[in-house]
Amino acid sequence: MSIDKSMNVLIVDDYKTMLRIIRNLLKQIDFNNVDEATDGSEALGKLRSGNFGLVISDWNMQPMTGLQLLQEVRADAKLKTMPFIMITAESKTENVVAAKQAGVSNYIVKPFNAETLKGKIEKVLGNA
Amino acid sequence: MPDQPTLMVRLEDLRQHYPTTDPEMVAEVVRAVLTSMRGDLSSGETALLHEVEELGVMIANARHEIAELKVDDITGTHIPSATDELDAIVAHTAVATEAILEVCETLDTLAGKSDGDVAATLQEATTRIYEACSFQDITGQRITKVVATLKKIDAKVSHLLSTFGKGRARKGTLLDDAQVDADLLNGPQLPQNAMDQSDIDRLLASFD
Repeated sequence: MSIDKSMNVLIVDDYKTMLRIIRNLLKQIDFNNVDEATDGSEALGKLRSGNFGLVISDWNMQPMTGLQLLQEVRADAKLKTMPFIMITAESKTENVVAAKQAGVSNYIVKPFNAETLKGKIEKVLGNA
Repeated sequence: MPDQPTLMVRLEDLRQHYPTTDPEMVAEVVRAVLTSMRGDLSSGETALLHEVEELGVMIANARHEIAELKVDDITGTHIPSATDELDAIVAHTAVATEAILEVCETLDTLAGKSDGDVAATLQEATTRIYEACSFQDITGQRITKVVATLKKIDAKVSHLLSTFGKGRARKGTLLDDAQVDADLLNGPQLPQNAMDQSDIDRLLASFD
């Protein structure tokens, strides 16, 4: 299945360096329409007012965490089917289980490599 | 209790004479109590009071030793200094990482203008640099965990000072700040404790 790489992708992380890294890695695999947010609440505002095909979010952010953002997305009638990848340093079983129960599409643990990011995106968008 | 008014007077007298506590004062108070109550106590009660006296001396000595350790320096200087240094490390690595990324983006632009093997080699190199630069996020989170631990120690030392009567525990609890989102936010795990991507993939697959 071919993936529409012209879609808008929202990346969410409170570390600006991390946003820059993910943006560049996405650019290398031809996702050029990338927008950024630095916490869950800003991301939610952008998602509700924009037209995004994928969210890639960190977990540990304030005031709204990535998990809370995911829960808000899944509770929103317009956004509930949005592919949502969590990229986080939180690697305990309880974290993965909580994210899965909240409806995460896939989960990447930091530090990650470009191949993992590419593979998860293809899997998530292939299933969308 | 015919001795009670005398005892109260003596205790008040001692308090007036010794506004600050020292080990000898504690022992003297207990000795005064024992003297005042002599004849009214059984041998068991006397033994118990002697133990209380020894306990009082031990506590007073411990307090004296803590004062000698200059724990105020820990809460007043060492811990704030350590947290400042750690914050500076995060700030400096962030600046350095941004500089590396900027150069990397220039190389990426060059890759876009190149052909064949040169372009592929350049892109492979920049990809590896981008991956490596994520260290700044991980180290930042690890350092944040260390700072939170230092703040817990700071709070406990302050509590210790307060318990031993110095009355100089700072207001507010840093401990509370360190416990935000404690339920699920654990931060990066040490490599020997962490699940890697394949562990997480297996766990996710188990839901299907």
